[in-house]
Amino acid sequence: MNLLSLVLVNLGRNKRRTVLTLMSVAVALFLFCALGGVLDTLKDAVQFGSESRLATRNAISLVFPIPLAYREKIAAVPGIKRIAVQNWFGGRDPADPHKFFAQFAVDPENFFPMYKNELTIVDASPPQAQIALPAELDPKLAAFMSEQTACVVSEPLMKKMGWKLGQTITLAGTIYPGPWPFTIRAVYRAIGQAFGGDALFFHFRYLEQKGMGGQGQAGVYKLELSDPGRAADIAKQVDAMFLNSSAATHTETERAFAAGFVSMYGNIPFVLRVIGLAVVFAILLVAANTMVMAVRERTAEMGVLKTLGFGDGTVFGVVLAEAATITLGGGLLGSLLAKLSIDASHFNGGGALPPMTVHWSTVWVGIAVAFTIGAVSGLIPAWQASRLRIVDALRRVD
Amino acid sequence: MGTVQIRNLRKVYRREAQEVPVLDGLSIDIAEGDFVALMGPSGSGKTTLLNLIGGIDQPTSGEVSVAGTDIARMKGGALARWRSRNIGFIFQLYNLIPVLTALQNVELPLLLVKMSGKERRRRAQTALELVGLGDRLKHYPRQLSGGQEQRVAIARALVSDPTVLLADEPTGDLDRKSGGEILDLLERLNKEFKKTIVMVTHDPHAAERAHRVLHLDKGVLSA
Repeated sequence: MNLLSLVLVNLGRNKRRTVLTLMSVAVALFLFCALGGVLDTLKDAVQFGSESRLATRNAISLVFPIPLAYREKIAAVPGIKRIAVQNWFGGRDPADPHKFFAQFAVDPENFFPMYKNELTIVDASPPQAQIALPAELDPKLAAFMSEQTACVVSEPLMKKMGWKLGQTITLAGTIYPGPWPFTIRAVYRAIGQAFGGDALFFHFRYLEQKGMGGQGQAGVYKLELSDPGRAADIAKQVDAMFLNSSAATHTETERAFAAGFVSMYGNIPFVLRVIGLAVVFAILLVAANTMVMAVRERTAEMGVLKTLGFGDGTVFGVVLAEAATITLGGGLLGSLLAKLSIDASHFNGGGALPPMTVHWSTVWVGIAVAFTIGAVSGLIPAWQASRLRIVDALRRVD
Repeated sequence: MGTVQIRNLRKVYRREAQEVPVLDGLSIDIAEGDFVALMGPSGSGKTTLLNLIGGIDQPTSGEVSVAGTDIARMKGGALARWRSRNIGFIFQLYNLIPVLTALQNVELPLLLVKMSGKERRRRAQTALELVGLGDRLKHYPRQLSGGQEQRVAIARALVSDPTVLLADEPTGDLDRKSGGEILDLLERLNKEFKKTIVMVTHDPHAAERAHRVLHLDKGVLSA
C-alpha cells in the first residue's frame, strides 16, 4: 500500500457517491467541451476562405442581391485577375427535407478555375460531345459544362444523400420556388478547409433563366486578385464605384466575408461561454459539497491518521488528491467523449460551416478546468482536515 | 531519569469565558520498560494526560519530555514526525480504517517512513503475527471480532517500534475473556520486548497487570 492507494481506497468506500460525482463532472465537462467545440467550429469558419480573394456583396446585407451589370465594371478594376458569380440557392430535397446542404449557382468558367487549388474533380460523366473549354477549366468538367441542368456535388454529400453520378435529382426551391431538376455530372473533393466540403454547384445561367426571370441580379461576386497585397486598395476602389448607386457594395476578403457570415449567428460565442462557465460553476459546488461530506464523515479517521504521525500537509494532500482524482477522472471522460463523439458526427450545418470539431486545445482546457474544479472543491475540506485538532477529531476528553 | 518526565504540567480548557483546569501542576516520572496504569474517575484528566504524553495535545504550561525530547513546545510537522517514531496509540474503540485490511491498517504508520513496499508488508505481517493474527492479514475490520480488532490496533501501534505505547482503555469495549487476552498481550510486550506502556483504565483488574498504578483526581495525583 502507498498514499495513492490510500486515496483510491477512500474513493471506493462510497462507490455510488464517487461514481455519481464523477459522472456529474463528466457530463459538465462534456457540455463544456461540446460548447467549446461550437466555438472552435465558428473559429474555423472564420478561417474559411482566402485572404487573397475578395467577396463583393450588397452593402445593406448579404440577403440583398447586387446587379449583374457590376460584373464587367468590377472586372475592369486593375489588379483583379478574375471575377466569378456565386449565388445562394437554398433548395431542399423533397424526399428528405431535413438533410440540409448548401447549393450555389456559379459561373463555372470563372468559378472553378478560381478554386482550382482548393478542389479536385474525382469523378465525372464522359462528355456527350467535344466542346471547347476555357483554358484553366478541368477537362473532366466537360459533361457538366455542356448541360445547363448539370451540377457538381461534393464526395461526402454524394455519400450522405446516397446519390450516384449521372443521377437526376430534383430539389424544391425555397427562395426560387418550384421543382429544380439537376443531373450530377461531376463529383469534387475539397482540399483543405478553405473550401466548403459539402455543397452542390450548378450553372448560374440556369438559375438566372429559370428562377430569376432575367432580372440581372447576382448574390455575391468573388474576386481573384493578381496581387493579394493590394486587397485593401482594390476593395476600396470597387466599393467607391458604387457608393452612390441604388445597390452600394461592400467588398472584403473572403475570410472576413466568412467571419461576417458567422457573425450572423449573433453573440453566440458569448452566450456559449456564459453557459459553459455556469455549468462548470454548478459542478464545482456539487463536487465541493461531496468532498465536504466525505471528509466530515471521516473526521475521526483523520484524527487517527494524525495520531499515527500523518502531518497536516499529508492529510491536506490526501483529501485534495481524492477531489482531484474524481474531477480529473470525470474531466478526462467528459472531454474525450465530447472530442470523439463530436468529431465523429461530421456535422457541418449543411456545408455552411466546416465539419464540427473540438480542438485538442479545448480538450486540454476542459481537463485543466476539471483539475481546477478538483483543486477548488477539495481546498476547503482539505484545509479543514489539515487544521483539525486531533483531540477534537477523536472527540474524547476524559 | 525516566523515559517520560513530566514537570509541573498544567492543562486548562476554555469553555466560552470559563477556564476549566484539567491537570494542575502534575509531575511524574515513568522509567523505560515501565508499565503504568492511570486510574481515576471520569473527568479526572487521565486521557488528557495520555494525549499530552503522546503529543496530540498541547499543555498550558509545564514540561513533557519523552525519550529526552521536550515535546511541550513542539508543533506541526516536527511533532507529527516525532509522534510517528516514538508513540504507539491504542484506542478503546480500536479506530481501524474500515476500508483497509488488517495488513493495510498496520502498514499505515510505515507509509511515513522511507522503505520499500515489500519491506513495509513484511514488517506489518510480522507485527500481526506477533499479536496472533498471522492468519487474518486480508480480513477487513468488519470481519474481525472486537478482540481481534484491538489486536490489529496493537500491531499498528507496535509496527514502527515506538518508545512508548499509550493505551486508552484498551479493554473498555471488550468482554472479560477478550479483555484478558489483550492485557496478556500488553504484559508480554512489556516483559519480552521491554515496551514502556502507559494505560488508562477504569478496570481495577486491568490495572493489576501494571507495575504501578497512578490515581488521578481533579487533575492531581492522589494516594
